[in-house]
Amino acid sequence: MIVAGSDCRSSCSCAGLKDYFPGENCGTLRNNEDRGIKIPRQLGRGPSSFIPVEEILKEGAESAPRRLFIEAFVSTGRVDNIIIVLGLHPEYLSCFWKTQYLLLRMDGPLPYHKRHYIAIMAAARHQCSYLVGFHMGEFLQAGGDPEWLQGLHCAPQKLRNLNEINKILAHRPWLITKEHIEALLKTGENSWSLAELIQALVLLTHYHSLASFVFGCGVNPEIDQEGGHAFWPPSPRSCDSSPASDDGVNSSNGKDAMQEVEVLMERMKLLQECQLEEEGVTQEEMETRFELEKTESLLVAPSVDIAEHTLPPNVLCFVEDPEFSYKDFMRRGEQAPPTFRAQDYTWEDHGYSLINRLYPDVGQLLDKKFQVVYNLTYNTIAMHHGVDTSMLRRAIWNYVHCVFGIRYDDYDYGEVNQLLELSLKIYIKTVDCYPERATKRMYTRFWRHFKHSEKVHINLLLLEARMQAALLYALRAITRYMT
Amino acid sequence: MEKMARVTTALGGNTITGRTMFCHLDAPANAISVCRDAAQVVVAGRNIFKIYSIEEDQFLEKLNLRFGRKPSLNFSCADVVWHQMDENLLATAATNGVVVTWNLGKPSRNKQDQLFTEHKRTVNKVCFHPTEVYMLLSGSQDGYMKCFDLRKKDSVSTFSGQSESVRDVQFSIRDYFTFAATFENGNVQLWDIRRPDRYERMFTAHNGPVFCCDWHPEDRGWLATGGRDKMVKVWDMNTNRAKEIYCVQTIASVARVKWRPECKHHIATCSMMVDHNIYVWDVRRPYIPSAMFEEHKDVTTGIVWRHLHDPYFLLSGSKDSTLYQHIFKDASQPIDRANPEGLCYSLFGDLAFAAKESLISSDSNRKPYIGDRRHPIFFKRKLDPTEQFEYISSSSALSVFETDIESGSMDWFVRTAKQYALAGRPLAELCDHNAKVAKELDRNQVAQTWTMIRIIYSSPGTMPSTNLNHSMGKSSSNLPLMNSFNLKDIAPGIGNESRLERNKGENRVENILMDSSSSLINNDENEETEGSDVPADYFLGDVEGDEDELYMMDHENPHAEEQEYILPQEAFPLRHEIVDNPSALDHLQDKADSPHVSGNEAETVSLTPVESFSLISISHSLYDNRLPPDFFNPIVRDMLLFYAEQGDVQMAASVLIVLGDRIRREIDEQTQEHWYTSYVDLLQRFQLWNISNEVIKLSTCRTINCLNQASTTLHINCSNCKRPMSNKGWICDRCRQCASMCAVCHHVVKGLFVWCQGCSHGGHLQHIMKWLETSSHCPTGCGHLCEYT
Repeated sequence: MIVAGSDCRSSCSCAGLKDYFPGENCGTLRNNEDRGIKIPRQLGRGPSSFIPVEEILKEGAESAPRRLFIEAFVSTGRVDNIIIVLGLHPEYLSCFWKTQYLLLRMDGPLPYHKRHYIAIMAAARHQCSYLVGFHMGEFLQAGGDPEWLQGLHCAPQKLRNLNEINKILAHRPWLITKEHIEALLKTGENSWSLAELIQALVLLTHYHSLASFVFGCGVNPEIDQEGGHAFWPPSPRSCDSSPASDDGVNSSNGKDAMQEVEVLMERMKLLQECQLEEEGVTQEEMETRFELEKTESLLVAPSVDIAEHTLPPNVLCFVEDPEFSYKDFMRRGEQAPPTFRAQDYTWEDHGYSLINRLYPDVGQLLDKKFQVVYNLTYNTIAMHHGVDTSMLRRAIWNYVHCVFGIRYDDYDYGEVNQLLELSLKIYIKTVDCYPERATKRMYTRFWRHFKHSEKVHINLLLLEARMQAALLYALRAITRYMT
Repeated sequence: MEKMARVTTALGGNTITGRTMFCHLDAPANAISVCRDAAQVVVAGRNIFKIYSIEEDQFLEKLNLRFGRKPSLNFSCADVVWHQMDENLLATAATNGVVVTWNLGKPSRNKQDQLFTEHKRTVNKVCFHPTEVYMLLSGSQDGYMKCFDLRKKDSVSTFSGQSESVRDVQFSIRDYFTFAATFENGNVQLWDIRRPDRYERMFTAHNGPVFCCDWHPEDRGWLATGGRDKMVKVWDMNTNRAKEIYCVQTIASVARVKWRPECKHHIATCSMMVDHNIYVWDVRRPYIPSAMFEEHKDVTTGIVWRHLHDPYFLLSGSKDSTLYQHIFKDASQPIDRANPEGLCYSLFGDLAFAAKESLISSDSNRKPYIGDRRHPIFFKRKLDPTEQFEYISSSSALSVFETDIESGSMDWFVRTAKQYALAGRPLAELCDHNAKVAKELDRNQVAQTWTMIRIIYSSPGTMPSTNLNHSMGKSSSNLPLMNSFNLKDIAPGIGNESRLERNKGENRVENILMDSSSSLINNDENEETEGSDVPADYFLGDVEGDEDELYMMDHENPHAEEQEYILPQEAFPLRHEIVDNPSALDHLQDKADSPHVSGNEAETVSLTPVESFSLISISHSLYDNRLPPDFFNPIVRDMLLFYAEQGDVQMAASVLIVLGDRIRREIDEQTQEHWYTSYVDLLQRFQLWNISNEVIKLSTCRTINCLNQASTTLHINCSNCKRPMSNKGWICDRCRQCASMCAVCHHVVKGLFVWCQGCSHGGHLQHIMKWLETSSHCPTGCGHLCEYT
């Protein structure tokens, strides 16, 4: 006889429900309002402040994202805003969801509350209060000690030891060495096992890059989070909460934007043709093109004019050494670390083999996720259909890796310059290196005529490329430690 | 390597001699290839491209093909191949997608011959045609394979693998026109060189990328492939559908495979990551490599047999920047280290023994074992008589010896496990209950132990006198008493072990022989106990010679209590709870401080430390006033060790649970863990799942506690469409219905859910139970005769 306790997670938040059934009103809420109970009102319309809510929640959405939302709701008790935004790309969402579910809620070497705590640590590095707040709740629900949430100094030493590589992986992954791994694994009271460490590393990189996504897409706080709700009635003037209004392409610069798309299409066509003829490029030039792109990324550094917004203390307490941030590793006068040659340590051959040995299930899922995101295409560009976008996707992917110092021998980095305009480069660099500084202006300024779903698509590429880059550095360090 | 073999083989004219040797390269190697005459080897990598000649004792650098101050990426080689027809001709695949050919016959320093820049991505593999001088094939990451004619500037034909990256290409050795290509998505394709439009055949060989393949040098139909899924597979391509004939499971993703020359079934492999060794497998024996080379300190990236027809020399290059020549004689053979015999006990004491047949048959005149009731079973495998190399004896025999049914019965174990109470009541009650259980099963020694534990750890005032009269009187043999001492000797307040130890030594004088009628041991110093009105004296003897009695079952007495049908207790909390293990200290303190009333009541407790037949007599009155229960911890510990040693791990684990923190600190974690795992293992083999779960839950050992938090996944089918439910929760993603409906009341089941594994229908536990009282068919009316085990 099989007897199973099908454990019902009763903590379904109304926010999730309402998001999922946009047309319906919870009857119980009404009743409560009649009884004089204050009902919080959601601030910000829709799951993202960059994307108008109509774009995301189309009436009669296709069944694919719908089913995934049901699954997410049933297994975690809510459909959070990230999931809803990702719903624009259901194929990706399904593997993203599976991976995250495995990392957080399935069998693994780490206890559940620690996984959430690691997520908090990772997200806090990018001052992502959305993820930090979210996982603080999950941490408590998993039975974590509330004391730990007072800050990193209250967490056990073992987790605090992780802080060093958390810091490095978040901002300058190329600095990670086998000594870091050694320090964590050396036997002692607070030592990590290799399997635990792998899970922690995957969690860290996952949440670093997810923070990029949250900022890159302007994901709104959940209704139950701080800053996600208010009790005062909506003032009629507060238009800023409806991003749809000012977002549309103005008629004045509409033409420019149209031209942008045309120019891009033209360039892609040109490059495709050139590829067959252009043989005059010397190897040396190829060499310098990468270096150029790398150094040029210096100039692309986002303007620092945005006032350093003050951090909520509940995020800051998880961060030690907050000054440590992405630094262009090509500054003059410094010994540049050797370029990471992509062919010498690839995810498909080496990364996967290692991870699959130490934490089997996740290797498979990550592999699938990388594959799906790299090959995801709808063959559209803005209003054009039937376009082969592989070149564009590869340019974005390789540019992200280039920003983190990974070089592909078989890629001509001149293409990046041709295909990615400056505003896009700024956006990419910001989202991947200083996600907390991403603004709506940046989001709207690049590729103005592109659909929102396409911009989310770009964000997916940024997310995964960044995760893979950091993971490759970390795994290479582990490989070096093991040999 | 302790001794280096020197091997000489004559191969039609030229001889190959050498030994195991290596040389340092300046940089990690990516690939190696040998010249046709087996005298030179080329090593290629990102920062190295050199030719070494293989001398008898060393490698000699002959030529550095990489030169210039800032060598271009064209020198960064992913693969290299030496033409087997023309010893001046080499080809390399560069990481930037260029295919380069080299002509060593050129007089200038730059030997570069042709440059093909047709591939857009990294070229993973290049391959010369085995018989055609000018034909070169390449496979690239961009999904194309290209065939070049070295007399022309451009490729002759391009083969498209449908945008999947090509990992390896190999010309068939026997079929002039055929080549095989392996892909990152797990496919293998066969192409005809004359038909670039479509592959001849395709099949999925591996899960994940296929990194390499190799045609068998003799058998035209055999293709070996190795993949990221850690498998080496041998395919028979002669039939219409590629048939997998052998499969070898390795421990890491397979980077290269190379058939061993002159040995039909041998294949050499090396791995992509983690594992640095080179293995030579006999594909018919997939579980253990027949030879192993362990010299490299980083992953091996290239392996090649030195000569086409010589099976004894293997060359290898590695990421650790060394080039090795391995001699087969120096290989380590894991088979030598493997234990060829297997031995296993069954639950009921049957013994199975498997060994090489030769071992058993040579011992034909041995006396047949009394318990050997079943005829030995033999497994044999016919060997290929034509096999010329290393005869492997793989026939072995298995014999099973049954034990006596009576003596081997484990009834007592099951019953004890079922009836023991381990938690939920005060200690005294638990001990009493367990003592009673043991008594009913005629396990007097165990019963005694439980009673004594109670006396030691709980207030004796409440002790019912009936329980005190057990003794080992049944024992017919005389128990020699080696060591006896009286605790009254010890000055009050001193309870440390060293003192105890010393006392043991001092009091070793008395050797008391005890006959079966004696119920009281009195030393000279024991006078104070005489005044006691309760004749409560215990002693425990080690009855080693008398095991039968100890384990004899009471077959006449049926169970006192019928097992009620109750819901099994959930052995794990539905949510993770934080279990606090309150410190035992204050608890013990309470015990020690509590005043004791029955001063004149005296008991003598005797315990047997494990190493000898010793008795410890304790006067209870003294213990009352002075001795905290901690005092006895070493003794109890020894007692537990004794039981565990005897094979009664049940007792050890049960006492451990019942006493909990009182004794936990006395025994080191590892031992505890060992006991728990053994007990849990035994329970599970007897299918006492609930009890084993309870034990896991109650154990204070962290590693044990974790056991029931692992693999808590249940795979279920939807009750509507009967297909597996892939997603979480209750809603089937295929038929969009709630899968966990009760078949009786048609409501959604939350909480305990029971279902039939045959038809996937089920419902509330109570409803189904009620239903099954009246009918044995499924309540949904699906016609299935439901079985609930």
